[in-house]
Amino acid sequence: MLSIRNLTASINGTPVLKGIDLEIKAGEIHAIMGPNGSGKSTLGKVLVGHPAYEVTGGEVLYEGRNLFELAADERARAGIFMGFQHPIEVPGVSNAAFLRLAYNKKAEAEGRDELDPLEFDDFIHEKIKLVSMKEEFLDRSLNEGFSGGEKKRNEILQMAVLEPKLAILDELDSGLDIDALRVLGDAVNKLQRPDRALLIITHFPRILETIQPQFVHVLSGGRILKSAGKELATELEDRGYDWVLEEAAAGGAR
Amino acid sequence: MTSTFNVVTSQEYKYGFVTDIEADSVAPGLSEEVIRFISAKKGEPDWLLEFRLKAYRHWLTMAEPEWAKVEYPKPDFQKIVYYSAPKPKKPQYASMDEVDPELRRTFEKLGVPIHEQEALAGVAVDVVFDSVSVTTTYREKLAAVGIIFCSFSEAVKSHPDLVKQYLGSVVPSSDNFYAALNSAVFTDGSFVFIPKGVACPMDLSTYFRINNKESGQFERTLIVAEEGASVSYLEGCTAPQFDTNQLHAAVVELVALDRASIKYSTVQNWYAGDKDGKGGIFNFVTKRGLCKGKASHISWTQVETGSAITWKYPSCVLLGDDSIGEFYSVALTNHKQQADTGTKMIHIGRNTKSTIVSKGISAGDSSNSYRGLVKVQPKAEGARNFSQCDSMLIGQSCSASTFPYIEVQNRSARVEHEATTSKIGEEQLLYFQQRGIPAEEAISMIINGFCKDVFRELPMEFAVEATRLLSLKLEGSVG
Ligand SMILES: Nc1ncnc2c1ncn2[C@@H]1O[C@H](COP(=O)(O)OP(=O)(O)OP(=O)(O)O)[C@@H](O)[C@H]1O
Ligand SMILES: [Mg+2]
Repeated sequence: MLSIRNLTASINGTPVLKGIDLEIKAGEIHAIMGPNGSGKSTLGKVLVGHPAYEVTGGEVLYEGRNLFELAADERARAGIFMGFQHPIEVPGVSNAAFLRLAYNKKAEAEGRDELDPLEFDDFIHEKIKLVSMKEEFLDRSLNEGFSGGEKKRNEILQMAVLEPKLAILDELDSGLDIDALRVLGDAVNKLQRPDRALLIITHFPRILETIQPQFVHVLSGGRILKSAGKELATELEDRGYDWVLEEAAAGGAR
Repeated sequence: MTSTFNVVTSQEYKYGFVTDIEADSVAPGLSEEVIRFISAKKGEPDWLLEFRLKAYRHWLTMAEPEWAKVEYPKPDFQKIVYYSAPKPKKPQYASMDEVDPELRRTFEKLGVPIHEQEALAGVAVDVVFDSVSVTTTYREKLAAVGIIFCSFSEAVKSHPDLVKQYLGSVVPSSDNFYAALNSAVFTDGSFVFIPKGVACPMDLSTYFRINNKESGQFERTLIVAEEGASVSYLEGCTAPQFDTNQLHAAVVELVALDRASIKYSTVQNWYAGDKDGKGGIFNFVTKRGLCKGKASHISWTQVETGSAITWKYPSCVLLGDDSIGEFYSVALTNHKQQADTGTKMIHIGRNTKSTIVSKGISAGDSSNSYRGLVKVQPKAEGARNFSQCDSMLIGQSCSASTFPYIEVQNRSARVEHEATTSKIGEEQLLYFQQRGIPAEEAISMIINGFCKDVFRELPMEFAVEATRLLSLKLEGSVG
């Protein structure tokens, strides 16, 4: 589904990604962990087409197509979704109106019927159950005044509405209470299918108990230093990142 | 002294203009003779000529205001033609196909009905769609309930006493440089009178004003609502307006008597000049409402999108006890546009209330300033004001400023002011795009959300058009 080859990217002239290789196949769940500032969010933003990041080398194929030929909104309609670490607030734009426009844009692109406000109302009421969101959040302005956890819940609601093929979830778990973590973890699992894939960015193994990855990667200094199975997450929790860095340094010196 | 002066000037008039009175226009330049010529051409009563001359003499002693945050080459007042006989607009084109495709595209995007497109673009229109017939129907309906809605010149002829009673009663001819100029040389405009107890059965729009002649660059509007009367008045339209006159200095006066209510909505889309700001309109307007009676209510709503320079502060003088003044404004600037706009709320009566909601949107290299004065006079016991001034910046090179002035001279008054500045930045846009929403639609949705509190005040169909107009104005400004 997604092939990242020797991807390098920089922001304001500073290189942040320094050669990323990653292969994600349909049905797979991948997790990326790594120290603060290592480039995890950057990788996600480059993949969804954030204009501030400059791709300086390498290539990314999404379903066999050169990803960088697609504009950010085209990537979204082609099935790529990113749950942001810090979702922005938009005063005056109702959450429901935003969700409906997003849904209809995708429906239009896929040649499906668009939903009018009444039809969408029925549709969205099913979806909010999945993330246990209170109805009143639909009428509020998009993310405005939402708590950190409520914003994350809203991100997963959007994911449920758009049903992406590839979802990149950047620190879904930070700021979530214990119950919310379980509810949203379950919701993400329910949305996972054999033809879909997930890329979970996190600092904590806990969420990976619910959303169980087959692969865990350590990203540090703009490179993937180590990839292994799910057990790597717990090992990282016990031992921190230093040993991975040392191992990699030793490998690099060889 | 004055009387000698009058004798001399009227003699000049007598000898200087007798032969010229048939002329269609006057040579460029401003002088007492020119003013007398205008007044004579329009067959005005003496008191009106005196009103003009007094304004002119005062204007001569005034200097052009410098305090606004706008920069422009000062107009040369001796180069302006102050009178040319109104000509019926000649159709320029035989069909819509001949009209500039850019203009047509704009009309289509705005959803202007085809016959209105033709009228606006200057296409010869079919008799069936002749707007005059529409107007006539409206007029009869209004006359039936005693409402007067006509051109200013017509009102001077048919209702001179009303005009005399109220003209200059809100904006004195000496009020400010451009108001004085307007008072001296105004050529036409609108007059509205709603008699006691009458609620105007429809929104009155300049669009349907019977007088189809050009009002020119110095427009004069006077709206009077008697005791318990109410009216909603719409000025302008969303279609782009072109004019060969660069300077526009209008005066609008509103008078509300006891329990009367006047709602004045404007959508301004004068030509703003090209991308470098060349050729745009300078719009220097004085708009003021007098809440003269007890519990009277005046509400200004404006959507300002055009003009190279906008200088405009629709204000309310809250004289009557319990009167209410409101100002809802969206001012959008793009490219090289400059706007310095806001309001004045003068609380004089007891328990007077005012609300100010201002939304400034700046894009491109434009400059957008809010300037507002809330003044509570000593006797305004229990006065209250709430102001909300929000600015939104699009891109890196525009600017937004807020200048709120508050003067409170009564200790029981409550004045609240809130201000925010936000940015449609990459992050916000990316968020929308990441959900599959193209940038243009994203901007339109964000701007709409930002302006919601103002659009809500507009008459329904105006609100829909205003929304589209803003998106159109911002096209290509992000991304
Ligand atoms: N706009 C910017 N200007 C300069 N540097 C930036 C900018 N955005 C990100 N960076 C830098 O890029 C690096 C990677 O940031 P990124 O947000 O990808 O880290 P992260 O791995 O997601 O960290 P965290 O775990 O704290 O979320 C950091 O050093 C950060 O300071
Ligand atoms: Mg991050």
